[in-house]
Amino acid sequence: MRVLGLETSCDETGIALYDTDNGLLAERLYSQVSLHSEFGGVVPELASRDHIRKTLPLIRQTLNEARLSIDQIDGVAYTAGPGLIGALLVGAGIGRSLAWSLGIPAVAVHHMEGHLLAPMLEAVQPTFPFVALLVSGGHTLLVYVEKVGHYQILGESVDDAVGEAFDKTAKLLGLPYPGGPELSQLAKSGRQGIYRFPRPMVNRPGLDFSYSGLKTFAMNTVKKLGDSIDAQARADIAYAFQEAAVDSLVIKCKRALKQTGLTSLVVAGGVSANDCLRGELKKLCDKMSVELYFPKLEYCTDNGAMIAYAGSLRLMDGHIEEAVIEAKPRWPLDTLS
Amino acid sequence: MSKINNYNKLSIRIDDGLAMEACGKQVAEAIVSSKLPGAQIHLMGELGAGKTTFARGFIQAMGYDGHVKSPTYTLIEPYETPYVMIYHLDLYRLSNPEELEFLAYRDLCQENSICLIEWPEQGGKMLCTADITINIVFIGDKREVGMTSVSSVGDRLLQRL
Repeated sequence: MRVLGLETSCDETGIALYDTDNGLLAERLYSQVSLHSEFGGVVPELASRDHIRKTLPLIRQTLNEARLSIDQIDGVAYTAGPGLIGALLVGAGIGRSLAWSLGIPAVAVHHMEGHLLAPMLEAVQPTFPFVALLVSGGHTLLVYVEKVGHYQILGESVDDAVGEAFDKTAKLLGLPYPGGPELSQLAKSGRQGIYRFPRPMVNRPGLDFSYSGLKTFAMNTVKKLGDSIDAQARADIAYAFQEAAVDSLVIKCKRALKQTGLTSLVVAGGVSANDCLRGELKKLCDKMSVELYFPKLEYCTDNGAMIAYAGSLRLMDGHIEEAVIEAKPRWPLDTLS
Repeated sequence: MSKINNYNKLSIRIDDGLAMEACGKQVAEAIVSSKLPGAQIHLMGELGAGKTTFARGFIQAMGYDGHVKSPTYTLIEPYETPYVMIYHLDLYRLSNPEELEFLAYRDLCQENSICLIEWPEQGGKMLCTADITINIVFIGDKREVGMTSVSSVGDRLLQRL
C-alpha cells in the first residue's frame, strides 16, 4: 500500500510517500530553493506557514521523485492536530479532497503520534514498549509508548518547551533567534562552576518539566552583569544554562525509566541533536543497561514521512473514517486508540 | 504592590512571578465584574519580562484549570473558559504581519472573545486595535506593569482596577 502523507500543522510543509512493502519512496520538505522550477524560475518569497501555495507543488515533486502518478497511490494521511487551525485545515482540506477525487481512503493523523512512531522509519528500530522523550522548540514530553495507538503521557512542560528556553536564552546572550545550537556551541568555551542555575521541578515528585524560570534566571544573571558582561561571561552563562537544562531532562528520564521498568529510551525532537544531552543520556543508559535510540535528525523535526508512516499503519489496519474535513487544534494524545 | 492610577493609566509594582500572576488575575476579574463581552489586550515587554506569567494568571482566573503554556512555538493557544473564549497569541516568530492571515486571526478577533497578544509590534496594521495595552518593564529584578486604556472598553476596565 502506497500512502501519501501531508504535514502542515505549524511552520513546515512536509510531504512524503510511504510504501508498506518498500519503505519510504520519496519526501519533500519545503525550502525556498525547492520550488523554483514549479514557479518557472521566479523565486517567490513564500511566507512561513503559507501551506496553501506550497502543498500541491510539493506533492507533484514527491510523486515525480518516486516516478509515480497520482492515481498510483492507495491512501492519504494528513496531520489533523494538534496545531494551528488555519494550517491544519490546509492539509485536511487537500488530503480529504484528493482522496475523495481518487476514490481512496484518507486518515487523520495525530502529529505527536507521528513523532513517536518516527523511530520505526529507521533500519534499527526500538521494540515496544519504550519510553520516549520528545524535546524541541515546541514540545517537552515524556511518553510511555506501549504499542501503536497506546500512549500515556508521563510528564510534560508546564510552561516553556526546553528548545524554546535554549532559543530565548541564546537571544538574551546576544545570539540570533532561534539560537539554541549556537548557545550549545558557545557553552563549549564556558567554565564549570562559575554560575549555578536552578534545576526546576526536580525536588518535587512527578515527571513534569518547567523551563520558564531558567530563562528568567538567565535574564537576571545577564542584567546583573550589565555592561561588564564579556565573551567569557556569556560562555559561562551558556554553560551553566545548558548544564541545568540537560540535567533536569536526564533526571526525569531516569525517573521515568525506573517508574515504568522499561529498558528502551527513544529521544526525538530538534533538541536531541544537542551533544551535551546525548552524552549525558548515554552515561545514564549505560549505567541502567537501557537501550538508547536517536532517530535521524530529519525525522526528529516536523516532516511528512512520519505522517505517511503513522497513517499507513492505521489504513493497513482497516481503519475507515467519514469523509469529513476536520482539524483539531487541541487533541490529547492519550485519547487515541 | 503599589499603585498609581490616573484616569486612563495605571501602574503596578510587581515583586515576583506570583505577584505577576495575581496581577493577571485582577485584570480578568475586572473584565468579569464590568460584564465586558470581550477585550483586545496587548502585552509588551522584553524577553523574560513576565508576559506569559501575566497571561497565565489571567487565563486561570477565568476558570481554565490546565497548564497555560508558552504560545511562542504554536503562535496561538485557544482556551475555552466558562466566561469567554480566550486566544493567547505570541507574534514573536512572525516574519511578516500578513502571516496573521494564515493563522485565521481575523476569525478570532471578535467582540465576544478575548485576545491576549504578546509582541503585538510584530502584527503591525493587521492587528485589531487594542482596548488596553500592558507594558512590563524591568526595575532591577522587579517589574513595573503599566496599563494604558485606548478605548471606551479599556476605560471601563481600568476604572474597575
